[in-house]
Amino acid sequence: MKHLLGTQDLSRDEAVLILDTASQMAATQEREIRKLPTLRGKTVVNLFFEDSTRTRISFEAAAKRLSADVINFSAKGSSVSKGESLKDTALTLQAMGADAVVIRHWASGAAYQLAHGGWLHGSVLNAGDGTHEHPTQALLDAFTMRKHLADSDGGGTDGKGLDGLRVAIVGDVLHSRVARSNMHLLTTLGASVALVAPPTLLPVGMDDWPVEVFHGLDAALDAQPVDAVMMLRVQRERMTGGGASFFPSPAEYTRMFGLDIQRMARLPDHGIVMHPGPMNRGLEISAEAADSARSVIVEQVANGVAVRMAALYLLLAGREGAS
Amino acid sequence: MTGTILGARDIDRALTRIAHEILERNGGAATIVLLGIPTRGLPLAERLAAKIATVEQDFDAHARCGALDITMYRDDLYRQPTRPIGPTTLPPQGIDDAVVILVDDVFHTGRTIRAALDAIKDLGRPQSVQLAVLVDRGHRELPIRADFVGKNIPTSRAERVEVHLSQVDGEDAVILAGGER
Repeated sequence: MKHLLGTQDLSRDEAVLILDTASQMAATQEREIRKLPTLRGKTVVNLFFEDSTRTRISFEAAAKRLSADVINFSAKGSSVSKGESLKDTALTLQAMGADAVVIRHWASGAAYQLAHGGWLHGSVLNAGDGTHEHPTQALLDAFTMRKHLADSDGGGTDGKGLDGLRVAIVGDVLHSRVARSNMHLLTTLGASVALVAPPTLLPVGMDDWPVEVFHGLDAALDAQPVDAVMMLRVQRERMTGGGASFFPSPAEYTRMFGLDIQRMARLPDHGIVMHPGPMNRGLEISAEAADSARSVIVEQVANGVAVRMAALYLLLAGREGAS
Repeated sequence: MTGTILGARDIDRALTRIAHEILERNGGAATIVLLGIPTRGLPLAERLAAKIATVEQDFDAHARCGALDITMYRDDLYRQPTRPIGPTTLPPQGIDDAVVILVDDVFHTGRTIRAALDAIKDLGRPQSVQLAVLVDRGHRELPIRADFVGKNIPTSRAERVEVHLSQVDGEDAVILAGGER
C-alpha cells in the first residue's frame, strides 16, 4: 500500500492486515514504555484544512508513539489563508521532506488529488475529505466491533472479518464521510449494513449501495437483530434555519432516530453502542445510552491511535516501491 | 555439504543439553524466563521450558515462557517489503530482575539479536540476558555471541540454513540448502 485514501478500494485482505497490525499496536500501548523506534527519522505532516482536534491529536499520538517526527500544519493563520493553492502547499511539504501527509480537507477528493497530482513523493493518508471518505475512522470502528463481536469462539480475532454481523448506522448519512467509509468497509468485511435516516438526510444516487434503508430507528430494530448501532453526530446548522433545516425539530429527530435507554434495551445481549464523537447528548444519543456498559465510545478513541499506528506502519515501514 | 544436517533426534538431544546447560549456568531455574523470537524461536523456547520443567519440579513451563516479536526494532525495515508484526507476550510476572533466555533458531549476522536486546530494554530491566540458539552458522556483523549453541554449522554466505519444526512445518529437521552459485 502506498496511500490510504478510502475504504471503497480496500480489499478484504488489506483491511484484515490493517486490523491485525492494529491489534499488535494496541498491545504495545498497554506497556510501561509505549514508544517504539520503528519510524525513527520519518516525517509525518498533519495537513488540516478543517478544524479537527480529535483526529489530529490521534494521528499525532500515533506518529509519535512510532518515533516519527510530526509537523502540524493547519490552514488557519497559515499561507493557505493567504490564498495558497493545494498544489503549492504540497510542493512546500515535499521540499521539507515529508514522508507522509495526513490530510483533512473540506473538499471531497482532496486526498486523491494530493496523492495523484504528482506533487508529493510520500504517502497520503486521508483523514476526511468533504462528504467522501474518512477511512481510519471506519477502520477503528471495524477494529472495535471485531474485538467485541467477532471473538465468540475465544480463538482471538486475527485474520477474521465481521462476517454475519448486522450494523445500523443512524443519522446524517447525507453529509457523513464516516457513514460512507463504514458502509464500504463493513460490506467488504462481510457485515450487513442498515442505514437509518430521514429521507432528507440521505443522498441521491444511492440505489446501488449495498445497504438496507430505514426511516426510523424502531423500524430498523424490528427488521432484524442489530449487533452494533452507530450513532452519527447531528450538526447544529442542519437543525435550524427555517426552510433550510433538514428536519422539523430536534425533539422530533430524537423521537424518531435518537438512541435512548428503551431502544438500547432492544439490542441483543452482546450488542454495542458506538459514536464517532463529538456527541450531542440528549439529541442523537441519551446520556444513559452514552454512559452505559454497552457503550464503547471511549474505547473507540483509544483504538483510533492503534489503527492509525498500523496505517502509518504499513505505509511507511518497508522498502519504497515494494508491495 | 548440503542436505539434512540434524534430524528430529539430533534436535531433541541438542535441546536437552542446552536445557541442562542453562540450569547449570544459572544454578537452577528460580529466576529464568524464556523468550522465543517468532516464528521458530517460539516453539524452541517452549520445548526448552518443558525440558527444564522435567528437571526442576517447581518450574511452571507455561508461565515462564513468552514471545518477543522484534519486527518494529529491525534496522533493515526500509530495505525489505513491509513485514507483518507478530505477537509479543510476556510471562505474567514480567521480565524485571529475571534471567532472560532469548531463544532463536538460526544465529547469523546478530542483527536480530541486536533488535531483540532493544525490544527487551523497552519491556523491563532483566537481571541478565542470555542467548540460546539451535544453529550457529557464523558470519557475525555485530559483536554479539551466543551462550548456548545446539550445533555450529560452518556455512558460506550463499547457503541457506532452514530449520523445520513440527509445530510450524510438520517435521523436525535442520537443512542446509543452496550454495551452488
